[in-house]
Amino acid sequence: MSAPAKASADPAAPGERQGTRRRRHKGIAGNALWFWIFVGPFVVGLLIFSYLPIIWSLVLSFFEAYNTATPSKFVGLRNYVDMLTDHNFLSSLGTFTIFAVFIVPLTFVLALALALLVNQVKIARAFFRSVFFLPTACSYVVASLIWKLSIFNGVRFGLANTVLGWFGIENIAWLSTVDPPWYWIPLVTVRLWLQLGFYMILFIAGLQRISPTLYEAAYVDGAKPGWQVFRYITLPQLRATSVAVLILNLIAAYQAFDEFYNLVGNVNYARPPLVYLYSISLGSIQDLGHGSAGALILAVIIMIVTLLQNRIFGFGKAGD
Amino acid sequence: MPAHVPNAGLSRRDLLKRTGGLAALAAFTAACGGNTGRPSSGGGSGGAKVNLAQWYHQYGETGTQQAALKYAKAYPDANVTVQWTPGDYDAKLASGLLSSKGPDVFEGHFNIGMVKSNQVVPLDDIMADVKDDFQPGDLATNTLDGKIYGVRMIIDPQVIYYRKSLLDKAGIKPPETIDDLISAAKELTTNKVKGIFVGNDGGNVMGGPALYSSGGEYLTKDNKPGFTDDRAAQAFGKLHELYASKSVLLGAPTDWWDPTAINQGLVAMQFIGMWAVPGMQKALGDDLGVIPFPKLDAQAKPAVYSGGWTQFVSTKSANVDAAKKFVKWLWIDKSEYQEDWSLNYGFHIPPRKSLAAKAAKLQSGVAADTVKLTQDYGYTDNPAWTPKMGTAFTDLLTNVIKKGADPAAEIAKAEKTVNAELSRLFG
Repeated sequence: MSAPAKASADPAAPGERQGTRRRRHKGIAGNALWFWIFVGPFVVGLLIFSYLPIIWSLVLSFFEAYNTATPSKFVGLRNYVDMLTDHNFLSSLGTFTIFAVFIVPLTFVLALALALLVNQVKIARAFFRSVFFLPTACSYVVASLIWKLSIFNGVRFGLANTVLGWFGIENIAWLSTVDPPWYWIPLVTVRLWLQLGFYMILFIAGLQRISPTLYEAAYVDGAKPGWQVFRYITLPQLRATSVAVLILNLIAAYQAFDEFYNLVGNVNYARPPLVYLYSISLGSIQDLGHGSAGALILAVIIMIVTLLQNRIFGFGKAGD
Repeated sequence: MPAHVPNAGLSRRDLLKRTGGLAALAAFTAACGGNTGRPSSGGGSGGAKVNLAQWYHQYGETGTQQAALKYAKAYPDANVTVQWTPGDYDAKLASGLLSSKGPDVFEGHFNIGMVKSNQVVPLDDIMADVKDDFQPGDLATNTLDGKIYGVRMIIDPQVIYYRKSLLDKAGIKPPETIDDLISAAKELTTNKVKGIFVGNDGGNVMGGPALYSSGGEYLTKDNKPGFTDDRAAQAFGKLHELYASKSVLLGAPTDWWDPTAINQGLVAMQFIGMWAVPGMQKALGDDLGVIPFPKLDAQAKPAVYSGGWTQFVSTKSANVDAAKKFVKWLWIDKSEYQEDWSLNYGFHIPPRKSLAAKAAKLQSGVAADTVKLTQDYGYTDNPAWTPKMGTAFTDLLTNVIKKGADPAAEIAKAEKTVNAELSRLFG
């Protein structure tokens, strides 16, 4: 196609100028079109599946809404008052707090330890990284069922009880015993198993961003490898990652649902907020007014805690 | 084509790319509206058959799903699609009933909230001729303000089955009081076998029977809490005593409604429904006896919760009349299907007296005993007892049974919730 090529070589050709202009114009329109084609589905999804339900929840929370999503009886703030004085809702927040006390520090320390170990491995590094990351790909429901039915079931052929049996220890009904509260062991271990790999990867990324010159300088200054270097170089340098891990971890803990629902069900001694809200609004009770009010209270609490965390640990300043 | 060639319009490739993107988006959004379990075309127009969606929970016995499909297919006047629901049926049903995309016909348990929220239609017209053929309790549990809202499909008595051989070996008689039950459970417990299985939650399912065996009830005739006296507190305390005796099986892979625990020899007794009798007989043969939930003491009598499932027609159905006709056909007219459903998979008592009288499989052995106990001691649900009250009652049981909380204090807490519900419902 030589003829058009020649034509393009001539800048004065009026047709060409027009063409360029048109093409540039079309290019911008085309970019916008492609932008919306790529972004559109997500925006539409976000609007329909996130923002609309949030707005709808807000509306529902001011109505008495049993068995209906289009209620007519306005009750003002009564649902909020009810939820804030509902001992079940308050105790579900307590349950969450206990859970967070276990899971957040444990995940943090273990993920960091794993990351340090895997990062120092000289051979088969990719293998170790993948092996520890793999459980992240497993679904919470599947893992919970394995924990419930085979590892921590209460009869003599459960894995945990078989192992205890070797030492002559009596069977323990892991998920049904409230005194002592053995159910926390399956609940905490299943989440650790599932999420450690993910946070380990975050820490590894953080570790690899630390400049080796810092360590070299430290050694030159006489720092001893081990705790001293970790305490004064590695940990401060991991600050951004650490804050991110803490925040993500705490939010994830607030959103705990799957393992509780599948391991212990809707029981009032181990019921995090989401399981409780699910049971009153989406189970057979279908009390969408109180459920929505509770969900919004929970959302506000999560926001406040996240902001406080930011204030304390300084996520914004962590870019250094 | 070189990039600079002016383009009169979209090229074929561009057009394909762009429309492809839009089509993918459309397909994505359309897929979200997806599978509602009903055929794609709705409405009943002209001479064509209407479409009806019928929802079931998942029955545990093999063959039940095929049977449900068989009945649906045999119905001549509509295309009936069966939705078989594993998992949390109550939750799925509750959200299904919010919109017109839910079931036309469904099984469930009646409560006043369904009428207040206008979810079910009265079925008096199809029940009129056969009312007298149902047990009064099964009618009452589905009746509100004189209107019948559901057709009982099956009656499921819940009792305690036990291994005769194990009781004989231990030299104990079938328990007659709650104290007997507790001591029997203790004596039957060895290092391999636990005394009794009452569910992995430690016995919440026996809360109702314990209450009725103390002479109480969920709600009194004039809709006041009926679980608040000292005897009820005493009965709940006994359930804790049983739990704390370390003779109940906990953490089994299956729950109380499944006979695996007693069949595998993990326990000597199990609280379960009559539906499990065929399964237990297959595994244990004649080594099976039955008792009702025993009485609290000499002043009271035993209790058998007469549960079951009921068929309803959704108010939101586009074809209410066709749905009612189908319900009449399947659960009132087709007695051979009702017999099949009650007797050929799990065992259930047919709700029709005429059918129950000639149910040969229920006239011998442990099944006959269970039927007799149900006649003597059976109680059915009160429709004014809503799921919210049920949850408050379950919380009471959990706190008393598992945590050993003071029954009177827990009763007071539950009473508060129940009273709030009652004043919401009855003003």
